[in-house]
Amino acid sequence: MAEEMSGRRPYEREITSEWIFRHPRYLRYMVREFSCLFIGGYALLMVVGLERLAQGPAAWQGFLQALQSPASVAFHAVALAFSLYHSVTWFNLTPKALPVQLGEEFLPDAVIAGAHYAGWFALSAVLFWMAGIF
Amino acid sequence: MSGRVVELEVLRYHPETDQEPRFQRYSVPCREEWVVLDALNYIKEHLDPTLTYRWSCHMAVCGSCGMMINQEPKLACKAFLRDYQGVIRVEPLRHFPIERDLVTVIDDFMAKLSRVRPYLIPKDIKALEAGEYRQTPAELKRFKQYSMCINCMLCYAACPEYGLIPKYIGPAAIALAHRWNQDSRDAGREERQEALAAKEGAWECSFVGACSEVCPEHVDPAGAIQQVKIRSTVDWYQEHLMPWLKK
Amino acid sequence: MAKSNKPIVWGPFAAGGTLTAFLTPALIALTLLAGLGRVPDALSYEHLHAFAAHWLGKAALVVVIGLSLWSAAHRLRITAYDLGVRADAVVAAIVYAGALAGTGAAVLYLLRI
Repeated sequence: MAEEMSGRRPYEREITSEWIFRHPRYLRYMVREFSCLFIGGYALLMVVGLERLAQGPAAWQGFLQALQSPASVAFHAVALAFSLYHSVTWFNLTPKALPVQLGEEFLPDAVIAGAHYAGWFALSAVLFWMAGIF
Repeated sequence: MSGRVVELEVLRYHPETDQEPRFQRYSVPCREEWVVLDALNYIKEHLDPTLTYRWSCHMAVCGSCGMMINQEPKLACKAFLRDYQGVIRVEPLRHFPIERDLVTVIDDFMAKLSRVRPYLIPKDIKALEAGEYRQTPAELKRFKQYSMCINCMLCYAACPEYGLIPKYIGPAAIALAHRWNQDSRDAGREERQEALAAKEGAWECSFVGACSEVCPEHVDPAGAIQQVKIRSTVDWYQEHLMPWLKK
Repeated sequence: MAKSNKPIVWGPFAAGGTLTAFLTPALIALTLLAGLGRVPDALSYEHLHAFAAHWLGKAALVVVIGLSLWSAAHRLRITAYDLGVRADAVVAAIVYAGALAGTGAAVLYLLRI
């Protein structure tokens, strides 16, 4: 009743999905979120691979063959790009979530992120070496 | 003393006459160094006295003049005309109901700020004779940036989760709580967890990071929220897996 | 307002997100190489079977697959809501069940190796 007397009639604007296109940062966020489809997809592929591995050498060879199909190569190329984007965004955001105060000052973001990148590089190198790439 | 004529397209809404908001175009003779707020003040003084908006300090410390300028949450006193080309679209801050023209209803925001108990909750009440609280520069630095919030609500306008989930307590409220949690004089973190660790607390955040990007004071509410999430998670697992441990 | 139980799903999400950030690009790169005809030694039947036969290899595979699926599931749940799908409880049930099912299947197959 007080509202009728005061003449107030607040207007609520509708919320649609257009926010995604309102600024490049929202689009980048969506790309980051969509990486989950490819990382999850690859994990599911690992499960299928385990099934083939359990079935024996012939089944595993079939799996390796299937990996060479154009669809598979395309998927893995795209998945690689998305997983790299996930890693980069994750490492860049880590210093915000885990600040480290040494004495009075906080460690610069670049140091914390840089340490993650270094670890990532080292781990990947070790994996490649263990896999027999070099 | 050069200038140019700037076209401003401003969202208007007068509840006594309008069913819906509508845009109104103004041609404003502006000086080179003006900000959007100067253009709005010109409109009000010379073109249309019915235009309604909030402003005060004109120097980005009071937090009053937050608006959507070309779809981006900005302080009107900090949006320089020289950074814009063509027609400049000015709308009220997103995700808040429109009261009138560029004025939004901020009750929800105010309620959320108080809900996080944004005041010192010491372990024991200190008698005056016991003297002042002492704090090292390091202890001050631990919470200082989170105390810089000017309550401008740009972060709420930028946050898509607040737009989608109106109950979400939001970036500034969490950053404010975090300011007190990080203060060495304070012992009230557990009390504030009631608001922060709730479903509509820090958990609705999906780390878009827009809040920190638009914050004019570089408070970094996004960082504060993630730190709250991590602390709350550690708490939760401690409570449920090792309940005998005192926090 | 009671404290949420979100940490149950968020903890593994954060762990999985970190794990996949460090590990997944290298794994996909190795698999892509296999797809391009240059199968790395580690992906030959002998090597991979030996790895999966060892209990440590099994444990590593379950952890990697489990956390990867879980963090992807959680992110998918959030994305669905961001895109306007309101039925969060339903989406959550589907994605988490999917992640657990995938992990369960992995365990099953590993037990046969």
